[in-house]
Amino acid sequence: MATADARQRGGLPNPDVATYEAVNRDVLKVLSRPGRGWWVLFAMAAAGVAVFLGSWFYQIYQGIGVSGLNAPVGWGVYITTFVFWVGIAHSGTLISAILFLFRAPWRQAIYRASEAMTVFAVMTAGLFPLIHVGRVWHAYWLIPYPNSRFLWPNFRSPLVWDVFAITTYFTVSAVFFYLGTIPDLAAARDQARGLRKKFYQIISLGWRGTDREWHHFSKAYIYLAALATPLVLSVHSVVSWDFAMAIVPGWHTTIFAPYFVAGAIFSGVALVITLAVPMRKYFGLEDYLTVKHFEAMAKLCLLTSSIVLYAYMTEYFLAWYSGEPPERGSFWNRVFGHYWWANWIMLTCNGLIPLMLWFKRVRRSISALFVISIFINIGMWFERYVIIVTSLSHEYEPWAWGLYRPSYVEMGILLGSFAWFGFWFLLFTRLLPPVAIAEMKEVVPPPMSSRKEAAT
Amino acid sequence: MIMPRRRQGHRGFFALFEHLDSTIEACKALRAAGHKGFRAYAPLPEHHLLEEGLALKHSPVRVFTLAGAMTGAATGFAFTTWTSMDWPLVTGGKPVFSIPAYVVIAFELAILFGALSTVIGLFINAGLPNLRRMVAYHPECSNGSFGVYITAPPAQAEAVKRILSGFDPAELREDPEGFDV
Repeated sequence: MATADARQRGGLPNPDVATYEAVNRDVLKVLSRPGRGWWVLFAMAAAGVAVFLGSWFYQIYQGIGVSGLNAPVGWGVYITTFVFWVGIAHSGTLISAILFLFRAPWRQAIYRASEAMTVFAVMTAGLFPLIHVGRVWHAYWLIPYPNSRFLWPNFRSPLVWDVFAITTYFTVSAVFFYLGTIPDLAAARDQARGLRKKFYQIISLGWRGTDREWHHFSKAYIYLAALATPLVLSVHSVVSWDFAMAIVPGWHTTIFAPYFVAGAIFSGVALVITLAVPMRKYFGLEDYLTVKHFEAMAKLCLLTSSIVLYAYMTEYFLAWYSGEPPERGSFWNRVFGHYWWANWIMLTCNGLIPLMLWFKRVRRSISALFVISIFINIGMWFERYVIIVTSLSHEYEPWAWGLYRPSYVEMGILLGSFAWFGFWFLLFTRLLPPVAIAEMKEVVPPPMSSRKEAAT
Repeated sequence: MIMPRRRQGHRGFFALFEHLDSTIEACKALRAAGHKGFRAYAPLPEHHLLEEGLALKHSPVRVFTLAGAMTGAATGFAFTTWTSMDWPLVTGGKPVFSIPAYVVIAFELAILFGALSTVIGLFINAGLPNLRRMVAYHPECSNGSFGVYITAPPAQAEAVKRILSGFDPAELREDPEGFDV
């Protein structure tokens, strides 16, 4: 909780909000009036969830053959989308934990929404391995326990690491998210009536804001942030090792972990922008999510975009410099082969379009940022598609090369996953305070008596 | 609902303050007068209030974090080692006990156990979840005001009241019963 220090260090005070009461009023107002637009979006999300579940049930009923997966491309849209959503999940913890430890005062306004995004994105990502393996009724095989011949899972396999990493990430980010909301749920409880009051009474755990509670709470929060910080960096590293540990040309490189982490933060911050722009407008939170916040997020996008572009160039250079024909062939195939379009979408959306963020005018234009952030999300999905599908389709032996085309079932599940995510996010904006009330108060000047003001 | 614990023969005083500095001063004055075990309420973790007003010491939550993380790391190493030694099977020409691979599992479990035990530490130390009926509370304390709650025997009641009203509270509530909070 970057309280007085942030103010003294001339951080980012919120000139647009003056009092503690204003924070409560403006944020809790969001919970009380859904409005027609919310219901329209919610109905669309629910319909999308129906498409998602329908496609999945169809695949369960018919078998995994209804997807386009086959030799040699055994990982397709499902794993691509899994990595995409895990990546999205990263910016939430970055903003809530890493920027918290660095005491970046601009995080206060956006961190609740981005943390919620993290939790829902991991919830979405976690479904994809289950969808991908086909026989979902065997999903419990993922749990590390010995089989009927008392053989344990192979802990040298990156896929087993991934189970641990994703489970830990989901648990820790959900705990971190919930813990941070408790004081705000108490604020919601104190203003709500009827059934809503009962709901907040239960989930706020009887929080009263006593010195004892705050004292341990702020310490626990620091330690959780300190644990979440290496976790963020490790989870996408482990996801990248799902690929890098295999000897597939195009995958087997040491650059993968930092490259994936940067890409994850890049796509996550972009999705925060995509979600924050309509949220700010629709719920009237302009005083909280100011242009300064968007500019800071744009800078983060620009930084991570540069890292990602640099990683792309390094990959091409090393493929050429290695002198390995399969490695060279794999990258030549990416740029000029059958999937050239996916590669060029990736390079354009992730490398070229974000270059516009060098201009201050673009960084300070909310509508420009909104459009750019959507391009980044498209580009980051294609990045994973390029890495996974083109590499698998073009391995060592020419007679084993092959093409992959996603089926309608896969496209239904891909689109449905966005609806599934949106469904939870929309529920979140109605049930939990979407801006962190207690933490916003830390950047609002505290009420002082006139005696003190006269003295200073 | 579990009933709050009564403090026999005590009265409760809840003072609601609009200003941070008067809350801090009130806490200091109560401490100077030898009172202990009073509670301050705030809508945010205000460090000046916690440190200057109440002079709180280190929170023991950090011990929980450390113990949890170390247990997790040890569990991760022990689990992977034991299971691979249980049926030694050489795959890929790699050692059966592969430290770099097991570091990943140990690391993830260190984080997981550390985080969960931090939460347990918080709940134990902060007395959460607090399922008792909300006494000694004012809903304004989650909005824009600060508060101080103190219980005192009838003999000291007047003195406590005098101290609290000296700092210009917006509201000074006197309950016939005092509660442990």
